[in-house]
Amino acid sequence: MTAALAESELDPARARLDVVLPAGQGWTHELHAGETFRIVDLEGNQAVDTLFFNARDVDERYSATETIRAQGNIYLTTGTALVSSEGRPLLTIVADTCGRHDTLGGACSAESNQVRYALEKKTMHNCRDSFLLALAQHGWGMTKRDLPSNINFFMNVPVTPKGALTFEDGVSAPGRYVEMKAEMDVLVLISNCPQLNNPCNAYNPTPVRLLVWPAP
Amino acid sequence: MSSGPEKHQLLAGGQAWSRRMRRRQVLRLRDDEGTACVSALFYNAHDPLERYNMADTLKAQFTAFLTEDRVLYSDMGRVMCSITRDTCGWHDTISGCGDAAASARRFGEGSYQKLRNGFHRNARDNFLVELGKHGLGKRDVVANVNFFVRVGVADDGALAWVPRKRKAGADLASFVELRFEMDTLVILTNTPHPLDPSPTYAPPPVTLSLFEGPAAGPDDPCRIFRSENERGFALTEAYVAEQRGAL
Repeated sequence: MTAALAESELDPARARLDVVLPAGQGWTHELHAGETFRIVDLEGNQAVDTLFFNARDVDERYSATETIRAQGNIYLTTGTALVSSEGRPLLTIVADTCGRHDTLGGACSAESNQVRYALEKKTMHNCRDSFLLALAQHGWGMTKRDLPSNINFFMNVPVTPKGALTFEDGVSAPGRYVEMKAEMDVLVLISNCPQLNNPCNAYNPTPVRLLVWPAP
Repeated sequence: MSSGPEKHQLLAGGQAWSRRMRRRQVLRLRDDEGTACVSALFYNAHDPLERYNMADTLKAQFTAFLTEDRVLYSDMGRVMCSITRDTCGWHDTISGCGDAAASARRFGEGSYQKLRNGFHRNARDNFLVELGKHGLGKRDVVANVNFFVRVGVADDGALAWVPRKRKAGADLASFVELRFEMDTLVILTNTPHPLDPSPTYAPPPVTLSLFEGPAAGPDDPCRIFRSENERGFALTEAYVAEQRGAL
């Protein structure tokens, strides 16, 4: 998919929500059908691990495999429908100034850090801990059982025709954003990634800005 | 390969299958006709909250597909099973599985009411039925493995179904062997992959063989495939020892 760069005309002054999420924090929020959700990579190359659920029936949730098969492409960008486990669009990406987002790389965890880097890395902060804490605090009754493969906004995980998978420096930059329209009432679960062991955050996790505009 | 007794079962086209495999047991899947897609999910047999994790499997081994010497990771940093033999060369884990809507689009209605037990079963419904037998359900469906399926990714990210090629004088049959490194609940469905362009609903039979294998030794090719796998095996073996009562 060629990078489908598309800017938004929405005015942040008119957003109903405008918050900064520090690096290493989890976040939950409910979006209503028709609302627009923007994630801004404030300082560049920050992975934003994200899951979506149907707010009326959380058994229906984001599916990485349904999403990539529906569009026949592994990269997410403008025009991508974020498809649920039931084959329905939860949200659609309507603007994107980064051009490529990952959904194969999953979320880091204490245990995967041990495998990938060293057994001693278990003590490092990680996305799954942020997901679990956010779900435990205000997670609509969901648990570890409800953490399928997620989206990594602004992360660059190329796959080669021979089937190699690598983590590359990001293609994002300060101020780049991705914006999506909710196609139904959806719950948002985010971990603003604290990973320090690979280039997914340029070795320096940074805050992101989250905005929501009401339905027009 | 095995030296002791083997048990063979036929997994007919359209059917699902599940059972708990014990550590050291081997499951061989043989696709005799060369057109099968066996979609699979894996759970810790004693704690199904721990399950196969596509992303951790791919990241740890810097790969976008599965083949001999690679392993399948759980979301807890452990090796659920190792691919000890593979004559197919490529098993997909990024393109998910079909559902009733995909089946109807490709093959037409295919209902029980019209076809009785020849009806068009699909992977997602088969997964839900088989998971239900173990108290699991929609919340437990994660990105699955598709044995005998090759889906390529072009430089621009586009997915492409890659048909298996017939080598001169050889047939398309192939097999893959999974050696379990921890007790694992295996869920299989032998149903068409939604990217397979074949217009006919005809999932072929697949032969399942079960036998006892040796544990992975220090020089096991799956263990030493990457240093990541050595750490994954170490974590798995420590967990197995805990399960057996070690402090």
